[in-house]
Order: sequence, then structure tokens, then C-alpha cells
Amino acid sequence: MLLVPCPNCGPRNSTDLRYGGESHARPDPNTASPSEWRAYLYLRDNPAGWLRENWYCASGCRRWFSIERNTATNEFRNPPLPGDKRGGAA
Amino acid sequence: MRRNGRLGRKRPPKYSAAALAWKGFRGESWPRVWRDCDLKRSYDAVVIGGGVHGLATAYYLARNHGITDVAVLDKAYLGSGGSGRNTAIVRSNYLTPEGVAFYDRSVHLYEQMAVELNINVMFSQRGHLTLAHSDASLRTMHWRAEVNKLGGVNSSVIGPDEIKKECPSLDTSDHPRYPIQGALYHPPGGVVRHDAVVWGYARAADHMGVEMHQKTEVTDILCDGGDGPDGKGAGGRVTGVRTNRGDISTPIVINCTAGWASLISTMAGVRLPITTHPLQAAVTEPVKMFLPTVVVSGSLHVYVSQTDRGELVFGASVDPYANYSVRGSLEFTEGLAGHVLELMPGVSRMRILRQWSGLCDMTPDYSPVMGFTPVDGFLVDVGWGTYGFKAAPVSGEQMAEAAATGRTPKLIEAFALSRFDNGELVGEKGAASVGH
Repeated sequence: MLLVPCPNCGPRNSTDLRYGGESHARPDPNTASPSEWRAYLYLRDNPAGWLRENWYCASGCRRWFSIERNTATNEFRNPPLPGDKRGGAA
Repeated sequence: MRRNGRLGRKRPPKYSAAALAWKGFRGESWPRVWRDCDLKRSYDAVVIGGGVHGLATAYYLARNHGITDVAVLDKAYLGSGGSGRNTAIVRSNYLTPEGVAFYDRSVHLYEQMAVELNINVMFSQRGHLTLAHSDASLRTMHWRAEVNKLGGVNSSVIGPDEIKKECPSLDTSDHPRYPIQGALYHPPGGVVRHDAVVWGYARAADHMGVEMHQKTEVTDILCDGGDGPDGKGAGGRVTGVRTNRGDISTPIVINCTAGWASLISTMAGVRLPITTHPLQAAVTEPVKMFLPTVVVSGSLHVYVSQTDRGELVFGASVDPYANYSVRGSLEFTEGLAGHVLELMPGVSRMRILRQWSGLCDMTPDYSPVMGFTPVDGFLVDVGWGTYGFKAAPVSGEQMAEAAATGRTPKLIEAFALSRFDNGELVGEKGAASVGH
């Protein structure tokens, strides 16, 4: 069972949350080229190790937040501080 | 290069009932099925991944195109990944015309496989039922049936009464929370013994001169002329691979890995639209045969078939978050048991013997990524999500053609990596992991 440390609700079972995938900075709409948008939409680093990703605390505080997880060992680190409005999510 | 170049290798003894009786009578043991070779410094082509896709690609390179100087590299043993972890279901009742044509070719190749490879792959075309529990999903079943009929694939929508006739153990009453409203019935679908497919391809490829190297891990892909660091990336070309047993020079590298597809492709400077998710499966204790067909429910995320030994094999959908760990979870077992009992209340006393998981490379549109990449000589056969095993023979055949001729064959044109640049995604909602 994967316990996800929500910054507002504390550790919650992963079934309480929704997975939002890798956290990438959104390209600037004023300057981004089509290929940058495609890369943002589809291409993923998909590492076997530490990965910054987004989670949505669907049955708890109903906020998005961003956290680092090791995709090989499922450890978490660097959760955002409670009260961070965007939860560090990109 | 000789066509079907056998390179003076002795023909392996043919597997047959007579050979079995003769060997049994004389107490002889069987010879090793494939050789252990020293790693050479150069090959005409290198296939990364010794699973059923990689072995099929090597086999068809040798058989159809006469390219026998091929090395298949695997970091563990042959068939140690998804090839030995899938639930062995073969079918072609997909939703997109591209998918139907492609998987239909695969079913045909599976039908000929036992004769062609001289190994009993135990292909049992027992029929395949995809259940619908809602109006919306019944509509998708009708849609799939019509697309299948146009593609010459035998599929039809049947009602609860006919389902009960095909599969008496299913609860077709209106008691469950999601009553069964109909099903897509696909008679040519069935199950294959997946290990035999791996061994069959390995044995046939070895016989034609292909070398299989186990415990040989690729640590880097050597490139030249690309726009990234070390000459990797778009515009460059492949010059070789670096392994834990030394460097190999080769003009063609085919990435046939599952799970590690992104990591291998990154070595050549190619980013893929793939995330890796584990898919869990489980098997019960053996009981008498009672389940005549393969039963799938997209809405309940479960598929089940009974093996020849009598065990029920269950698979589910992929885990919701990206993960390289193949550890099982309690949520999976609980969810699976609940869903199976919803379909078949009669199995409530059966015990689960074992659960395991395999890594699935999921793409945004549930279709694979096949063919050429921006790096010359680096081909991919990846993104096989939850449908890799059933596509193995046709993928091997088509990838071999692409590598040998330098052109993308018609059957896999739709699955090119460039479809994400052109916005031409192939939304395959007939994949097992997609709810309807």
C-alpha cells in the first residue's frame, strides 16, 4: 500500500488521491513553438528513480500538490509546505 | 550473406511424438535448445531485449531477410520480462481499423506458429467474451463488432442468454451491482503458452545463426553526428552499443524492451511518450475445467481465463501511478477478488496461490510506438502497454522488414513515433486496460 504524504492531510492511501503524472513547467504560450507544446503534452522522462510529480488529494483537501517520489522504491521526499497555494504543482 | 544462412549448424532434433518415445525408450536427454556464444565485436544488427518481441524480430530478420549476423541482448534471461508475466491472451477484436488489421495478422501468425517453429505452443482458440455492463459500453461493443466485420475478423455482439450458454458460470442475472447486458463474442480469441513462444522463437533463431546473449546489459548506445551530447539525438546515427561485456559496433539497434524502453531510448537521445506502470496478475489453485472461454470486463477491470492445469489466471488494469517496482499490492487483490465474485459468485471459496506483476509501457493513445526514430539506425518496438504478447509475431515480422529494407511497412505506418508530432494519434480504446 502506497502512503502519499499530502501536505495538508498527512499520509493518505494512494487510492484516496489521483495521480497527475510528471511535473513539468508549462511552456510560455507567447513564445512556445509547436514542438515545445508537443513535448510538453506527450514526451516524458520516465526515470527509474527520483521523479517530481503531481498528485490531487481527491478525497481529502481537494488540492493539487507536487512531490518527489522514487519510482523504483516508492519513497517520498520534499513535499511542499502546507498552505502553499499551488502546492508547487506545475 | 546466405539466405536462411544456416552457417553449417546442425539441424536441431525435431520435436515429435516419435522423438519423445524414442528418447524416452533410450533414456537419452535432449540437447540444449540454444547456444552460449562469445560476444563478437561487431554485428549486422543488435536487438535489445530477449523477450518475445526481440526474439521474433531476430527470427524474422534471419528467416525473411537473410540477416543472420544478429545479437539479441538481455540483461537477465530470455523471456524474463513481460513475455513470461502476461496472461497469454491472444485476440484481434480491437476498435481502430489499424489495430484490427495489425492484430489479425498476429492471430494468423500464432495459428501457424506450432508448425513453423516445430514447438507445441498450445494455442487454444477457445473464444473470447468482452462483457458490457452499461448502455455506453454495449454501444462500444457494437462499434467494435462492426469495425471487426469490416476487417474480416469474426466478432459479434451477443445477449445475456447466449453468454449464459457459452459460459454458464457467469452471473447474467440482474442481481449484481453492474449486471451483464451483453458481450462482444470473438471466437478466434484464446490463450497461448507464452514460455513456449519464447523458446520456439529462440530455438528457431539460434538454428539460423542468431546469437542470444543473456545476462548482457546494455549500458549505453554509441552515436555519432547527433545534435545532443556525445553525438546522440536527432540527426545522428547509431554506431554501436556498450554492454557490461564490452562494446559492440553495429549500424542497426532495435529497442525491443518493455518497462525499460524509455531508459534505453534515452541512451540514444530519443525521448518517448511513455510512462512505465506495473500491471498485476494472480493465479488461483487448480480446479476442474468450468470456464470454457476467456472472459474480459473492461468496466470491472478484470480478465480471466482457465489454464489447462485448471488454475484461473486473472489480470487487471495497470496501477494508477508510474512505477518500476514489481511489488504486488493489497488494493489490487481486494479489488480483483470483488470484481471476479461480481462476475462469478461460484468461485468465492477458491484461494489465490500467487500474484505477480510486469511492467507495461503506456502511451497516451494505448497504441504502440514502432519503427524509425530521429536517430538513424535506431529503431523502436516499444510502448506495448497491456497488449504486447498478442502482437509479438506480427511486430517481429514488421520490425524485421523495417530494419532490413529501411522503409516502414504499411501495417505499422500508423504506429510511428512521428504521429505525436503530426497529431495523428491512434486512440485504441479496445486495449485491455481501458474502461468503456
